[in-house]
Amino acid sequence: MKLHEYQSKFLFRDYGIPIPKGQVAASPAEVYDIASEIGGVVVVKAQVHVGGRGKAGGVKLARDAEEARQHAEIILGMNIKGLTVERVLVDPGADIKQEIYLAITNDRGAGKPLIITSMEGGMDIEELSRERPDAIIREHVDPIMGLQDYQKTFIASAMGMPRAQWRAFGKILSSLYVCYSERDAELAEINPLVITAQGELLAVDGKVIIDDNALYRQPALTAERDTSGEPESERQAREAGITYIKLDGQIGCMVNGAGLAMTTMDMTKLYGDADGIGPANFLDIGGGASAGQVAAALRIILSDDNVKCVLFNIFGGITRCDEVAHGILTAYNEVKPDAPMVIRLQGTNAAEGNKIIDEARIPNLISAETLTEAAQRAVAAVKEGG
Amino acid sequence: MSILIDKSARVLVQGITGRQGAFHAKLMMDYGTDVVGGVTPGKGGEWFEGKPVFDTMRMAVETTNADVSLVTVPARFAADALLEAADACIKLVICLTEHIPVADMMKVIAFCRRRGTRLIGPNCPGVMTPGQAKVGIIPAMVATAGNVGVVSKSGTLTYEVGFAMKNAGIGMSTIVGIGGDPVIGTTFVDILEMFENDPETEKVALLGEIGGSAEIAAADFIKNSMTKPVAAFVAGRSAPPGKRMGHAGAIVDGGEGSAEEKILALEAAGARVAANPEEIPGLLA
Repeated sequence: MKLHEYQSKFLFRDYGIPIPKGQVAASPAEVYDIASEIGGVVVVKAQVHVGGRGKAGGVKLARDAEEARQHAEIILGMNIKGLTVERVLVDPGADIKQEIYLAITNDRGAGKPLIITSMEGGMDIEELSRERPDAIIREHVDPIMGLQDYQKTFIASAMGMPRAQWRAFGKILSSLYVCYSERDAELAEINPLVITAQGELLAVDGKVIIDDNALYRQPALTAERDTSGEPESERQAREAGITYIKLDGQIGCMVNGAGLAMTTMDMTKLYGDADGIGPANFLDIGGGASAGQVAAALRIILSDDNVKCVLFNIFGGITRCDEVAHGILTAYNEVKPDAPMVIRLQGTNAAEGNKIIDEARIPNLISAETLTEAAQRAVAAVKEGG
Repeated sequence: MSILIDKSARVLVQGITGRQGAFHAKLMMDYGTDVVGGVTPGKGGEWFEGKPVFDTMRMAVETTNADVSLVTVPARFAADALLEAADACIKLVICLTEHIPVADMMKVIAFCRRRGTRLIGPNCPGVMTPGQAKVGIIPAMVATAGNVGVVSKSGTLTYEVGFAMKNAGIGMSTIVGIGGDPVIGTTFVDILEMFENDPETEKVALLGEIGGSAEIAAADFIKNSMTKPVAAFVAGRSAPPGKRMGHAGAIVDGGEGSAEEKILALEAAGARVAANPEEIPGLLA
């Protein structure tokens, strides 16, 4: 789960990391009030879950409250990469001497927390890794022992932090590590962390991503979840316990297991790409595939108007294909889709399952034996349907 | 021979009285696996299919002399169960559980390393040495004994490929599901090394997917340290970047972890990469 910039920074503040004294607003009038209270130069920043909001015009500097209000008129309601801006953060302008990058993330390969930092902050880390790889310091933390003092000294020294800031930087590093661990973050990033003209450190921008699997023990953060960027169908699926991701092709895919679901998508693209045909979604129905689950999944798939054919690919291991076949027929009778459905059942009791489908004699049910055949038939069905 | 488990494995099931645990423990026993007991806190002294149930792993290992444990407990309790297994100095622990927080897994992995415990998973279907033993949920019908080692990040895709191999008359030495989480106990490289050193494994099938760089590390290992031929498939060519495709680890992040870069690396290392998993048996023939 991604946190907005203001949520991330307020979280940092709870852990003792200095941030600008800004506030969030949802209307130009509120922006005016906040900017007057701050006094002087302020920054009005769109709060949306996309990168590149600055380039899109979502971040503006204002000399006074009136100019801040004018910026807010434009930014609030603005569409940035498909998302509507509903809130802005109003921060006092900072007198920046130096921009630093600082993040803690899960290193998948090492299985350890990784601190990434650089005196050349401001740009995003992918860009920094490409252009100035030598300017980046990386340090693993032992997940059992936690961050040690000597590591903080090592990092500050290796990155070239001025000695006058070592103490303050070390404190921020410790606080960020505690925040990252206690809040189950997969990323806690300050970019930039600035050194002001007065020599103080300030977290000017922040980004936190929380591990979805740990949300059960982070109730305060879960309550702040902003789902406005999530397609309606994905929200419905999430609530039904089905993993569904909307894509832009024509073949709706219903599969058991994540790896096989991705593979099924790949096969529709492999055989359909030349004709501009591909997968309409990722969907993992999970184990069991009961009639109720199949029907719920089928409704979600068909809620996408681009879908011209539905491809079922079920490998019955512990699950028996004859049971799945009954589930599909029940779901079919409940939902009565117009789109043709290609059904491929393999594994335990596959022959019985296919027999059940064939004997139902439903004209737009097409059975297939192999995955290749299933994908090719689904592509053909889309082509025929025009 | 085989890797990780054979018919001499003495297996405990943590969570044996739970619905999943009981169901799969029974299937494992039916397959011929030597399940010597189980652990469910608060149910010590009960029996499961004639095998003793213990309150703690320490007691279970002392009494049964088990060397392998299967963790089937729900995500909120799984990390603790894994730490308990490692603390009891079990040699091999296999974790089926999905949705364990990564922060917990990083601690578990560090502790397992300290204890000399090998961890497979989490979020994996387990390990099967056809004809000898299975620890996990891989269905018996997807494999026969033979000389191809299979290592995979996913469950049903492995069954799919295993079944296609079986139908083509190709048998398997051991099938290992390493799991689809971002942080896992045993990687592709660890398993490739075991297959390379296993006299009964002649060829290897590797089933990867988008996310992370484990397949790139595998490609380096294949290039520099493997003599046995490898056939591979990488799922997720059609997956959009920045989206998590079911498995917690299956995400192309900041341009890293795409199927294309993995396929290129594996091909450059000399592996034969299939565009369609149904071609894998042909590549191994």
